[in-house]
Amino acid sequence: MFRASAGKARNSLPPDDNMAAVIDIRNVTKIYKMGELDVPALNGVTVTIHAGEMVAIIGPSGSGKSTLMNVIGCLDSPTSGDYFLDGIQVSTMTDDQLAAIRNKKIGFVFQTFNLLSRTTALDNVELPMVYAGAKDGRERALGALQSVGLGDRTHHRPNELSGGQQQRVAIARALVNSPSIILADEPTGNLDSKSGAEIMGIFKRLNQEQGLTVVLVTHDLTVAGLAQRTIHIRDGVIVNA
Amino acid sequence: MNVSESIRIALRSLYANKLRAMLTMLGIIIGVMAVIAMLSIGRGAQAAITAQIQSIGTNLLFVRPGSVRQEGVRTAGSATTLTLEDGDALRGVVNVVGIAPQIDGGVQIANLGNNSNARLLGVTPEFLDVMNYSLANGDFISASAITARSAVVVLGAGIAQTLFDTGDPVGQTVRMNNQTFRVIGVMEAKGGSGFLNVDNQVYVPFTTAASRLTGGDRFRGQNTASVINVKITDPNLQESVVQDISDILRDRHHVLFDDDFTIQSQQDILNTANQITGVLTIFLGGIAAISLVVGGIGIMNIMLVSVTERTREIGIRKAIGARKKDILTQFLTEAIILSASGGIIGILFGALIARLISGFSFGGSTLNTVVDLDSVILAVVFSVGVGLFFGIYPANRAAGLHPIDALRYE
Repeated sequence: MFRASAGKARNSLPPDDNMAAVIDIRNVTKIYKMGELDVPALNGVTVTIHAGEMVAIIGPSGSGKSTLMNVIGCLDSPTSGDYFLDGIQVSTMTDDQLAAIRNKKIGFVFQTFNLLSRTTALDNVELPMVYAGAKDGRERALGALQSVGLGDRTHHRPNELSGGQQQRVAIARALVNSPSIILADEPTGNLDSKSGAEIMGIFKRLNQEQGLTVVLVTHDLTVAGLAQRTIHIRDGVIVNA
Repeated sequence: MNVSESIRIALRSLYANKLRAMLTMLGIIIGVMAVIAMLSIGRGAQAAITAQIQSIGTNLLFVRPGSVRQEGVRTAGSATTLTLEDGDALRGVVNVVGIAPQIDGGVQIANLGNNSNARLLGVTPEFLDVMNYSLANGDFISASAITARSAVVVLGAGIAQTLFDTGDPVGQTVRMNNQTFRVIGVMEAKGGSGFLNVDNQVYVPFTTAASRLTGGDRFRGQNTASVINVKITDPNLQESVVQDISDILRDRHHVLFDDDFTIQSQQDILNTANQITGVLTIFLGGIAAISLVVGGIGIMNIMLVSVTERTREIGIRKAIGARKKDILTQFLTEAIILSASGGIIGILFGALIARLISGFSFGGSTLNTVVDLDSVILAVVFSVGVGLFFGIYPANRAAGLHPIDALRYE
């Protein structure tokens, strides 16, 4: 409890200030059960991220960074605390409700791209629209691919694309359903520095030109440096914001 | 996610593992093929047997001696109480058009070096008409031959061929039980096998059979018959005729409690035969269905492998918004496509096998296999059911995966 309150105190944005807050996490804990042992990964984290921000979450491995990302990405529910995404309480939602939230409000970009192999770039990008039940999925997928400069690679499969191109396909997939936030987990971790810079350029452009909220989870300080704000996490608590 | 989308995804993932999908399907193909082939063979056999029985006519009744009670011991089928006179007494029954008493026996029949075991029938001239048989050659037993107990014989087509090959037996002599008989006619071939093979019969006058060939049980000074064949005008009138015949025989035999005869109709025999072949068909189909279940286990096996292999894919799909139901549908669709297309291919192959077997001759009767709609529907429903049943566990396992664990899976 002490740590929880400490986390709250160190957060520069008070939890009640949720004006245009896309992500409003209040006093969230996450405890994993390893047999008899309770292993706390988050010890009362409070984070607020506003619409149009580009934020980097950094921390060493084992800091709770991945757990926080999973909670923000609605892949995991917190043990306690509240999480409002776009003003909607998501911390108590069922698995299927969370799936719908992930589909509509969150665009994931992973370190390992996580594209479906044996599936064309266009089909990969269209996939979220399939689960959304959208009728214009094909056109929107094409548009998303064009916006990341891959309009001429729509029928290539992931293994026919370079790492940078694959990550751009992944970004197109994240964008296709017009999400509230883009959540990128070490997006440049598997890329050479040139492709990495290109990818970061795309994030920067999306943030500045379209006002897209971008949350980067990384331990790369160069990547973090491109964000407007950096959130440090260590031992499951936010140490600055 | 709609149905066509699930089918598209399932087809794509099956196409990605063509060989594996084909081999998995093979289990179902073989199962359905076996079921279809077995059912059609069973149905074909049933049709063949029915046709044979009906070729004799369904308007026949067979009066046989029943059990007799002697000093409290009841011996079934041993009564020798039906006589020629009983037969004559039945002529007056309404709707009876012919009476043909018959003695059954077996003889060894020989012509020079050729010899054969034949079923011996002692009959009267009416036999031909009552049983709906016809002669190929020569004459049948005449009334005077009955009176004179003549040593004449009419050969069944099969026996004639065995003894005389292609030669004309009429006018020749054969030996039966070391007595010489003159061949006066040959029956037309009827086909059939086993107990239905009437081409392996020889016919002698009733009186000759009783006095010279079978030992001749006698009852009240009369030769006894093994069967009295009764031809009636219409099978639908069978019940009343049976009643009338029973009344007459009870009266003549002074029956108080238990009848000493039984009356069986051609329809009864047909029903029994149908019952037997029906059970046989179900039995064959049931054995074949076991291989279908084995095929289903193959599907389950491959689907489980597929779920493990595609854990990461499941994770990706869940991360971008697939619900439990979507993943469940995807994998179930895959299992059902495997089993249903296996089922359809199996039906085609099964029909092909049935076609190949059709026309084959078994012991003189042609087997015409029938693939009917019933068995096709049964096979489709069953194979889809197998896919559903064995697909549900792997699909559930896939749907229940946690997105984080699935994404981290290497």
